[in-house]
Amino acid sequence: MATLSVALTGNPNTGKSTIFNELTGARQKIGNWPGVTVDKKVGVIEHNGRKISVIDLPGTYSINARSQEEQVVSDFFKQNKPDIVVNIIDASNIARNLFLTIQLMENGIPLILNLNMMDEAQRHGIKIDMKKLESAFGMPVTNTVGRSNKSVRKLLDVFTNAVMSNYKPSELITEHIEKVRNIERSGLAAAKVEEEIIAARYDLIDKIMAQAVTVSAAGKTLTEKLDSYLANGVSSLLLMVAIFYLMFQISFNWIGQPLADLVGEFFDETLVPWAAESMESAGVADWMQSLVSDGIIAGVGAVINFVPLIFTLFIILSFLDGTGYMARVAFIMDPIMRRAGLTGKSIMPLVMGFGCGVPAIMANRALDTHKDRMISIFVTPFITCNAKVPIIALFAAMFFPDNVANVVFAMYLAGILTAIVMAKVLSKTMFKEQESTFLLELPPYRLPDPKTVLLEAWDKGKGYLIKAGTIIFAMSVLIWFLSSFNSDGMTEDMNESYLASIGSATSVIFAPQGFNTWEAGAAVVTGILAKEAVVSTIGILYGADEDAISTDSEEEANETAQTLLATSMGGAFTPLSALAFMVFSLLYSPCMTALGTVKKEAQGFKWMAFVFFYTTAVAWVISLIVYQGGKLLGFE
Amino acid sequence: MKLDETKTGMTVRIDSLDESKLKQRLMTMGLIPGTRVEILNSAPMGDPIALRLRSYNLAMRKDDAAKIHVTQIS
Repeated sequence: MATLSVALTGNPNTGKSTIFNELTGARQKIGNWPGVTVDKKVGVIEHNGRKISVIDLPGTYSINARSQEEQVVSDFFKQNKPDIVVNIIDASNIARNLFLTIQLMENGIPLILNLNMMDEAQRHGIKIDMKKLESAFGMPVTNTVGRSNKSVRKLLDVFTNAVMSNYKPSELITEHIEKVRNIERSGLAAAKVEEEIIAARYDLIDKIMAQAVTVSAAGKTLTEKLDSYLANGVSSLLLMVAIFYLMFQISFNWIGQPLADLVGEFFDETLVPWAAESMESAGVADWMQSLVSDGIIAGVGAVINFVPLIFTLFIILSFLDGTGYMARVAFIMDPIMRRAGLTGKSIMPLVMGFGCGVPAIMANRALDTHKDRMISIFVTPFITCNAKVPIIALFAAMFFPDNVANVVFAMYLAGILTAIVMAKVLSKTMFKEQESTFLLELPPYRLPDPKTVLLEAWDKGKGYLIKAGTIIFAMSVLIWFLSSFNSDGMTEDMNESYLASIGSATSVIFAPQGFNTWEAGAAVVTGILAKEAVVSTIGILYGADEDAISTDSEEEANETAQTLLATSMGGAFTPLSALAFMVFSLLYSPCMTALGTVKKEAQGFKWMAFVFFYTTAVAWVISLIVYQGGKLLGFE
Repeated sequence: MKLDETKTGMTVRIDSLDESKLKQRLMTMGLIPGTRVEILNSAPMGDPIALRLRSYNLAMRKDDAAKIHVTQIS
């Protein structure tokens, strides 16, 4: 038998993704719809000997093609005739959810109406008569309890048994369609036609609600009670700070860091010695040993170290998003973000930016308008991502040993402030003419489905793992080559290497910032490949032993600082030029992977080039102000 | 009055929407003349505001709310 094709469609916040995840589990592929930056999720399963291919269409309120998501859904139904279309409806929010249902029916698409979260609807005093709803539409109606695997599994039986051709739209629906056609033929202006049709749809919804749904007044819901604290007035901001503080504590100190230490230990104490020994005993050439140990394992290891931190942060963020809290954060932060030229919805991408800029830039898809999306994409790279932390940790330990915590905090703040100031500048200049809006559903608080949280965190974080395996791998080989070779072949003296030539050429532009050594220049160049490379490049170039360069913990950072201070690095930087170097490293061009993401998300090579040059220019100017300003104030 | 001039706790009925780029989107979200809207709470500094209509909650900025004419019913 041919594969049965099933499409899931529905509004955002209906639990559609959870149902999709329950149906397909890990057997899903996430790609991109052609030409747009919208996720395409497909999964294939087998049930009762029948292959079923399920596609999860992006959540939309309508199919008017006003946004990329709506365009995707609208195009999908124009080009495909899936065997079964399931419209997932949040039962507690049925009135607005039926808008899409009716619009789909107008397009002649037969549907299974699946009422999700019936239990929640009942708690809100909403009772739905499924039989009456079925006759109102003339289409089959099913129900699921969002987080119950069993009830979702039942859907599979419905899929394999349903014969959609047995269902015909009810008279109510055909009359409505007739009415819509009349409005279309009325000769009114296009905008007016659309408005009349929207009004006609809600008229029909009111009729159907009167037939099949009873709404009794329920007391204050849990959501309303919670919102009076979490989304009301100034105190909600304090609660948000507390929740975010806890989130960063968990990610960076309680769970993420201990896991990262374990991974680091495995690399340093097991993998590196094992690789060295096996190569030694196999009689591998010296240069090959050096490439594998100093180049590849060291480079990839530096990235793998961050994986636990990033995944812990993203799991917590996905969880908060699933509860509905992130929508409240967008709501309460909008007054502040709006004044900075952003929108409350930029909070989620910016917070993700503390983990890794790549998924953070992608998260800007959720923003309403072109202006908001572009500005948010352009300022996300200023946020101090995980990979930049070792730079701060090392330089603070080396040159400000008495003020490490303050310097680290100041650097984080510098990144945030630069993002805010640049957002303001961009919104007042490049995007002056464009509008910004903020229209956001505040879904009821819910306990998210663990599987969905994990899959989402995986989806956000996997880019980082791929980066470790591809770009970092290639980059490690490249840096090793550049630092070990010159035009005469392999060289023991790094001062004679290709990297030294590139570094000294680059360092010329940093003369006014006081860090114009070729080593710093080389670190800046490798930092464009990956920020993780800045510290390791500096360390290697100043002749520290590879194993000695670690900033995983405070003690290790201090040890590394002591080691490096004993080298010529101690004399190459003054505290002031070290500060200028830190500021520059934090703010200049994002890494190659992030630049590639900008190109994809902002849809244009020119935007990628723009981000590269403008962030580097901003970093150059600010580090100049730090150095020259500091000198004027008498610092060194 | 306009929706941005309402206060927390009020219930209003929508009379009309001004012409704007946002009009169709607002209507799609259920803000149709005749719809009952309850004003729930507001972000720090009073803007954006949270509304309850058609059994769901929606947040919008006062700039956009100013395009919606309403009558207070309680």
